[in-house]
Amino acid sequence: MSTTTTESTVPDDVIGPQGDTPPGGRPGREALSEMSHPHRARAVKDVVARVVMWAAFLLAMVPLVWILGTVVVKGVHMLGTSTWWTGNQRNINSDDVGGGARHAIEGTLAMVGFTALIAVPIGILAAVYLVEYGRGRLAKTISFTVDILSGVPSIVAALFIYAVWVTSFGLRQSGVAASLALVLLMIPVVVRSTEEMLKLVPNELREAAYALGVPKWVTVVKVVLRTAFSGIVTGVLLGVARVMGETAPLLILAPYTKGFQRDLFNGNFPTLPMMINQDRGDLALAAAAERMWGAALTLILLVLLLNVIGRVIAHYGSIKK
Amino acid sequence: MAKRIDVSDLNVYYGSFKAVEGVSMTVEPRSVTAFIGPSGCGKSTFLRTLNRMHEVIPGGRVEGKVLLDDQDLYAPSMDPVTVRRTVGMVFQRPNPFPTMSIYDNVAAGLRLNGVKNKKTLDGIVESSLKGANLWNEVKDRLAKPGAGLSGGQQQRLCIARAIAVQPQVLLMDEPCSALDPISTLAIEDLINELKSEFTIVIVTHNMQQAARVSDRTAFFNLKATGEPGRLIEVDDTTRIFNNPTQKATEDYISGRFG
Repeated sequence: MSTTTTESTVPDDVIGPQGDTPPGGRPGREALSEMSHPHRARAVKDVVARVVMWAAFLLAMVPLVWILGTVVVKGVHMLGTSTWWTGNQRNINSDDVGGGARHAIEGTLAMVGFTALIAVPIGILAAVYLVEYGRGRLAKTISFTVDILSGVPSIVAALFIYAVWVTSFGLRQSGVAASLALVLLMIPVVVRSTEEMLKLVPNELREAAYALGVPKWVTVVKVVLRTAFSGIVTGVLLGVARVMGETAPLLILAPYTKGFQRDLFNGNFPTLPMMINQDRGDLALAAAAERMWGAALTLILLVLLLNVIGRVIAHYGSIKK
Repeated sequence: MAKRIDVSDLNVYYGSFKAVEGVSMTVEPRSVTAFIGPSGCGKSTFLRTLNRMHEVIPGGRVEGKVLLDDQDLYAPSMDPVTVRRTVGMVFQRPNPFPTMSIYDNVAAGLRLNGVKNKKTLDGIVESSLKGANLWNEVKDRLAKPGAGLSGGQQQRLCIARAIAVQPQVLLMDEPCSALDPISTLAIEDLINELKSEFTIVIVTHNMQQAARVSDRTAFFNLKATGEPGRLIEVDDTTRIFNNPTQKATEDYISGRFG
C-alpha cells in the first residue's frame, strides 16, 4: 500500500528508464507528449464532427416536432369532445361548434382497406413473379412499368381514372373511383418493397427446400414468403401510409360529404383529408379551424395505429433466434 | 432403402458453357463414395446432377444418362421433385429454415409435402434426430428455433431434415467445410453410421476426410480454367490413396499439384 501512495505522488517523467524507452522501440512518454499535437487535432475533428452531426439531426427534427406539436396542441381537445368519435358533420355549419369525424374516419378506413385489398395481392404476386419466376423480356417490362408507375404524380393517376371511369364509362365519382387511383399509387410501393425483401431471402433456403423434394410453388409460399413475412408487412404498411393521406385523387374522384356514407360505390364520400380540406376553406371561423386540426391529428393517429399494428404482426411473424 | 447409381457419358452445361464432360461411373449402394479434386473441377456440379439440383440454376442442363437402380433420372416422364425426394442433399453451409423450430425443421420435408398426422411426424422427427446423433442434445428444446443451435448442431439438424423424408441416396456437398474439427468428427462418425442405410456421396476438399470416411474415391480434374472438368479415376479409397493408376491422381493426393 505504501509503495502505491508514493508512486502516485511522483511525477510521470521520473518513474525510471522503462518509462522513457519501453521495449519494442515504441516512443516513450516524452516522445508521446511531443506528438500530442496530431492527437489534439484528431480530438478537435472528432468534436467538430459530433457537433455537425448533432446539429444536422436536431435541424431535421425541428420541422417534425414542430408539425406534430402544432397539430397535437391545436387538435387534441377536439378528440376529447363527446361526439368526435361518434358523430358526423351533417347539418353543422362551418361556424357551429360540435359534430364528429366518425364519417370521415370510417370513410378513410374503408377506402384505404378497399385499396389495399386490390393493391396488396397484385403487388405481392408481381414481386414474387419478378424475383422467383421472371426471366427475360416480360420481367424487364414489368419492372420498368413499376418504375414508371412509382414516379406518376398522384394527380395524374387521379386524372387517368377520371378519364376512364367518368369520361369513358360515364360512371359517377365515388369512393371506389378514388380507391382505383390509390391502387395505382400503392402497387409500385408494395412491389418494390416486397421485391427487396424476397431478394434478401438466402438462396440456400430455397435449395434446402428443393432438395427435400418440395415443389417450387410450395417453397415460395411456405419458405420464401414465410421468411420474408415481417419485411413484407412493413412494405405493405408503407404503401398504406402512402395512400392514406393522399388528397389529389379524392379532390377529383370522391367529393366530400358531411354525412355518413358507407357505400363506396355511391357518390360523394367522406374522408379525413377531404374533411381537412373542407374546413380549411373556412379557416377564419374558429370552429372550423378546430375541426381541421382535430381531423389532422386523427389522420396522424390512424397512420400511427396502423404502424403499431403492423409492427406487432411483424414481431410475431419474425425470425427468432 | 439404398440404391445404386449408374452414370454414363454425362456432360453438364450451364448455358453454352460445358462444366463437366464425359463422366461414367457407378456409385455402390450402402457405401460412401467421395469426390475429390481441385476447386472448379466440377465435382459439386456433377453431384448436383445426381438429384437434378443443377436445374435450379438458370441454364443448367445435362446430356447423358443417370440411372438410379433401373430408373432413368432424366427420362421425360420423370419429375425433378420426385427425384429429389429419392435423392436427398446436405449443403456446404448449414441452412436450417430460420422461421422454424428444431422440430419443424426436421418435419419440414414431410409437412411441406402434405403429411399432417402428428403421431407419424413425432415418430419420424425423433428417429431422424436420433439418426443424426442430435436427439440427446435437443430433445428438451424441440420448440426452440433451429437457427439457435451451434454450427455443427445445425449441420446435423440439416442431415436429420434430409433423412426424415427417407431418401435412398444422400448427397453431401462439403458438409464439414464450415465446421470446427470436433463437429467435423461428429459428422464423420454419423456418415459411418448412415452408410448402413443409405447410399452416400460426399464432396470434400479434405483428402484426409475422404480417406477416413469413404469406401470409394473419385478424382476429378480439369486441364485449365475454362475447360470442362473430367473424372480422372474412380477406385477403392485405399487404392486411390496408395496406388493410383493415373499420374495426375498421384500428383494431387501427394500435394505436388492442386
